[in-house]
Amino acid sequence: MKILVAVKRVIDYNVQIRVKEDGTGVVTDNVKMSTNPPDDNAIEEAVKIKEAGKATEVVAITVGEEKAQETVRKALAVGADRGIHVKADGILEPLAVSKILQKVVEKEKPDLVFMGKQAIDDDCNQTGQMLSALLNWPQATFASKIDVKDNKLEVTREIDEGLETIEINVPAIVTCDLRLNEPRYASLPNIMKAKKKPIEEISASDLGIDTSPRVEQIKVEEPPKRKAGIKVANVAELVQKLKNEAKVI
Amino acid sequence: MAVLLIAEHNNKELRPFTLNAATAASQIDSEVHAVIIGNDSAEASKQLSELPVIKKVLSVEAPHYENFTAENFAPVVVKLAENYSHIICSANTFGKNLMPRIAAHLDTSQVSDIIKVISSDTFVRPIYAGNAFATVKSNDAKKCVTIRPTSFEPCESSGGSAPIEKIDAGEEFSNTKFIKREEIKSDRPELGTARIVVSGGRGMQSGDNFKLITEIADKLGAAIGASRAAVDAGYISNDHQVGQTGKVVVPDLYIAVGISGAIQHLAGMKESKVIVAINKDGEAPIFSVADYGLEADLFEALPQFMEELNKLNTIQK
Repeated sequence: MKILVAVKRVIDYNVQIRVKEDGTGVVTDNVKMSTNPPDDNAIEEAVKIKEAGKATEVVAITVGEEKAQETVRKALAVGADRGIHVKADGILEPLAVSKILQKVVEKEKPDLVFMGKQAIDDDCNQTGQMLSALLNWPQATFASKIDVKDNKLEVTREIDEGLETIEINVPAIVTCDLRLNEPRYASLPNIMKAKKKPIEEISASDLGIDTSPRVEQIKVEEPPKRKAGIKVANVAELVQKLKNEAKVI
Repeated sequence: MAVLLIAEHNNKELRPFTLNAATAASQIDSEVHAVIIGNDSAEASKQLSELPVIKKVLSVEAPHYENFTAENFAPVVVKLAENYSHIICSANTFGKNLMPRIAAHLDTSQVSDIIKVISSDTFVRPIYAGNAFATVKSNDAKKCVTIRPTSFEPCESSGGSAPIEKIDAGEEFSNTKFIKREEIKSDRPELGTARIVVSGGRGMQSGDNFKLITEIADKLGAAIGASRAAVDAGYISNDHQVGQTGKVVVPDLYIAVGISGAIQHLAGMKESKVIVAINKDGEAPIFSVADYGLEADLFEALPQFMEELNKLNTIQK
């Protein structure tokens, strides 16, 4: 079984976002970037499946500008075998990314495609579902547990009401929740070894995919600030304020 | 052209957020139709037809729609889409799972999780977990939009009498099989819809200490939340997690106890109407969003809080 894992480079989750003054987006210059957190879970799961002898190859792919390749290199350092970088500049919408991934899937013929359930920058939560629609494959979104059984996967999904378990036939798409596993850290020797692993570079236009956005970003602004609150001296004052001023209890 | 709302239900009744999504749909266009896909879902269809904002209900029933599998649902909506300008659904796990599958089939770039309708093609949506708001304009001919339910009021639930039209079921997608659903049952209000949420963080120091939170939540009729730090430390199960990677909550009252206020937690609760923070670190970021801050040791403050609540003659439920 071959697993393709899609990873995205985003602003690190510990960074406080700053909106650009001209309203065109958020500041990304000199800001720490990392792999989208649930994409790390997707890589970890694929590597674990390979370590359990149930997969033969793990291929990490990213779509994006030059520096996006860092995320593939990081995936190689934690156990992916080789990488693919599809170069594309500007804002990439999930629809365009899923069309690019579709082209790569048709060429690479993986049995499974894993990725994070959502990217923490645009918060779209679309790419996995769109890719499975384009391929007409089954989808297991928000996965918190995956059992590989021959040519099937049993997947537990995190849904609003609790947990749902489904069985999907391979080939299939799985989007990963943070609860799926605990991603490992790359060791220094593995980081060195990863530098020698191959990364194939392709451009989005070579694949014949038009990545121009369909959704125009008109402006980006700071959310309304909350007005400053007060400190209360003790619990009695707090309860009195909640009862008589805020009238919420 | 009219707007098509995808109803969320459990085959017996509508799920509450369908009413919020109906409000958002009616802000886009006054002609709102709703499709309900299910199995033996006549009662839910009837409820849908009683929403005054809905002008027509399309009902599709078949055994393979029993479990809301996106692979079965998407083709039904795609087939109906030619008659509609917009497809609308809630951005909860049902809609998040389903809508992109529809959008890809329609070659539409979806607009996810909107919090405001500006016009029929322009919407406001949070990005970076609510740390920025983007105003976006969709240039696709057909628009697929999911809405954040807590940003729209529920519509009226009675008084309407829309006609219910039965439509033919599609084929079953054979590569996905539903096995089971384990719903977390509790006497407490659901975290996502509770009027009051009491949350504990790493400052609780242990799972046992959460009983201090439970007591207060019982007294207030509140749901229990937690920060990711408390979940990661194993104090409480992850379905209680509030934040960017957990649930986004907008209660009337949010009480954060022993929570420092990491960015990712604030993203999940800072839209609450009234925020209380109890923390012994006066510099904790949680105080910057709190309406009422109490700088105190929670192990002293929580029992006192309980005592004060017990002194009150009445407590709103």
